[in-house]
Amino acid sequence: MTYFTRRTLVKGGTAAAAAGALTGPALLDWAKAWAQSSQWKPEKGAQLSILRWKYFVQSEDDAFVALMDSFTKATGVKITIARESYEDVQPKASVAANTGAGPDLFWGLYSLPHLFPQKCLDVSDVADYLGKKYGGWVPTAVTYGKGTGNKWIAIPVCYAGNLLNYRLEASKKAGFSKFPTTTDEFLAYAKAMKAQGTPGGMALGHASGDGNAWVYWCLWAFGGNVVDKSDKVIISSPETEKALNYAKALYENYVPGTASWNDSFNNKAFLGGEIHWTNNGISIYVAAQNDASKKQIAEDMDHALYPVGPVGKPTEFHLLFPLMAMTYTKYPQTCKALMAYMLEADQFNKWLTASRGYLTHCLNAYDSNPVWTADKKTTPFRDVAKRTLTAGGLGSVGEKAASAIADFVVLDMFAAVCTGREDPKGAIKIADRQLRRIYR
Amino acid sequence: MADIALKSSGRTALREPTAWGRLKTNNNWLSIWFMLPAAAFLILFLAYPLGLGVWLSFTDAKIGRGGEFIGIENYEWLWDDSIFWLSVFNTLLYTTVASAIKFAVGLYLALLLNENLPFKAILRAVVLIPFIVPTVLSAIAFWWIYDSQFSIVSWTLRHLGLISSNVDFLGDVWNARWSVIFANIWRGVPFVAITLLAGLQTVSPSLYEAATIDGASAWQRFRYITYPLLTPIIAVVMTFSVLFTFTDFQLIWVLTRGGPVNATQLMATLSYQRAIIAGQLGEGAAISTAMIPFLLAAILISWFGLQRRKWQQGESND
Repeated sequence: MTYFTRRTLVKGGTAAAAAGALTGPALLDWAKAWAQSSQWKPEKGAQLSILRWKYFVQSEDDAFVALMDSFTKATGVKITIARESYEDVQPKASVAANTGAGPDLFWGLYSLPHLFPQKCLDVSDVADYLGKKYGGWVPTAVTYGKGTGNKWIAIPVCYAGNLLNYRLEASKKAGFSKFPTTTDEFLAYAKAMKAQGTPGGMALGHASGDGNAWVYWCLWAFGGNVVDKSDKVIISSPETEKALNYAKALYENYVPGTASWNDSFNNKAFLGGEIHWTNNGISIYVAAQNDASKKQIAEDMDHALYPVGPVGKPTEFHLLFPLMAMTYTKYPQTCKALMAYMLEADQFNKWLTASRGYLTHCLNAYDSNPVWTADKKTTPFRDVAKRTLTAGGLGSVGEKAASAIADFVVLDMFAAVCTGREDPKGAIKIADRQLRRIYR
Repeated sequence: MADIALKSSGRTALREPTAWGRLKTNNNWLSIWFMLPAAAFLILFLAYPLGLGVWLSFTDAKIGRGGEFIGIENYEWLWDDSIFWLSVFNTLLYTTVASAIKFAVGLYLALLLNENLPFKAILRAVVLIPFIVPTVLSAIAFWWIYDSQFSIVSWTLRHLGLISSNVDFLGDVWNARWSVIFANIWRGVPFVAITLLAGLQTVSPSLYEAATIDGASAWQRFRYITYPLLTPIIAVVMTFSVLFTFTDFQLIWVLTRGGPVNATQLMATLSYQRAIIAGQLGEGAAISTAMIPFLLAAILISWFGLQRRKWQQGESND
């Protein structure tokens, strides 16, 4: 039997590469020892309920459930897990915050805790503890995690990266042995791919994930912005116009029909061999690996970071998953204990591995998790937390930024220009009007 | 015993009935009590939410927190919001075209099913299928039918050599509009057909016999017997049909989410998108409230337009 002292624990914790070293009874011992040494002691008779977004990669959810189970075994705290689709987490959390009743913890999307910062438990101690132990938080995680007054209102657990997916052979045939790294090269790539009958495409329908990811990237890549630092609407700019013109040029080389695409269309089309490049999370790759008949696609595809535009730095837009505890919870210490426990190396490494690249950490030490190197095709996803910008761009990450994204203002502006319904100036005018309504 | 009974009845006959006594035997008073459960139900589940919705439209409420009264600010913003007006146009187009075609096809099917056909019962059941399938399921089926890459329609036409590239059902503005209208018609026809069929069966055969003896043609029999006797039921069916179509949500939400570029954005979907997804409850409520005048107009037209004949209310014709 392995015996753990506090010293070995700390050692084991700092060495993030110790992933998956502990299994079975050894793990339980570790968990029990952790619970004993933890600075957050669960209240007597505590039980927790947590509401999370519904998973896209089954193995990620399995690992999540196993993690919760091990916490229960170590501490005796029973945890009830509920799952809601992406879009439904926010309304539920808002109502719970307002009425003061509901799940103790919410694991939601980007700016969720900023909709009701005063209703979120102050978790600064947990964030500081984890940050110190695991090489610090990436800057965007701090933006999302901290409310006003330097207080952490949520733990930024991880990002879901959205990157370019492309077929290797077709790209090579089109003369691109490496995926383009600038917007100009990228346009040339799209043209070459279309010319040889292996086009790609990115969603322009109301696709909250894939659609928003690429249009915000494009807007920011050319220096356009929705609002400035003080949340003043500045969409109407020559930079926005450049971004729109670029998108239109790209769109002309897409497969037909992308204006109707929702989030799942490109997955279907890529796996069906109809498109040869698109933007997506790792889920296409995982699905291709899981399906014996699609093995060949898995082998012939890879992922790439978004090309950099004239602004000269990455302008990607990835989805953050913050975990927040509500002030109405009867068991605040238990909530904090669970938050810390989830992100300890012995738990988090396994969870990251199981998510197969779908989730990307916000704590620097996890760069060394083997999932990022075991399969080179997942490596680009390692860096998404460091490359992403935050919801709202230059502005605040709060309610208004969330509304603008959910209301598809920027996405519709791009779609209107790409499909030829409006010229750039007309589309900007409409978007400007919508943004003024939201940011009033 | 009889003595006592006589006495007591004599006494009550003499005494003036008290107010309470009168109330106890008052039919109106009693009916109020009988109506109360129904009224409470209606107020709680219909009037209150409706009132609350209208009230919310005058506030800046966000999901999860109450708002301040801001007067008609939400409406002012809507007034020069091109997306809102586009949704009004889309809703009117969707409702008018879909309802008209549903009525025409439904009536045709009803007349057909009213004839003596072999396997009549089975045919009638078959007609109901689109109505029985849950909307979301049929919407998903249409989603595949209209898929830009895997559409069976495109595939068939391509293999027949009629088209060279896939039909962009939901990606082109007008294609998308016609596609969702078609899906709505497919779903709505059975309701119209079966209800009109029920109406047709109440028309007495002796009227047709008499007309045939008088030498009326098939068209005349329809025009002067079937149609007038069917108007009350047409009024009801079309009112419902228009209301359902006007407030349609699931079909659009599954198929297009209001895209491309809001070309299929209906008032109901826009209201949901702004109120629930984007969290701006006040604005969403204002869009919902803006639907009320249209709905009232639709109801009034159906009822006063189609039911103007007094004899339908049991009086003689003018």
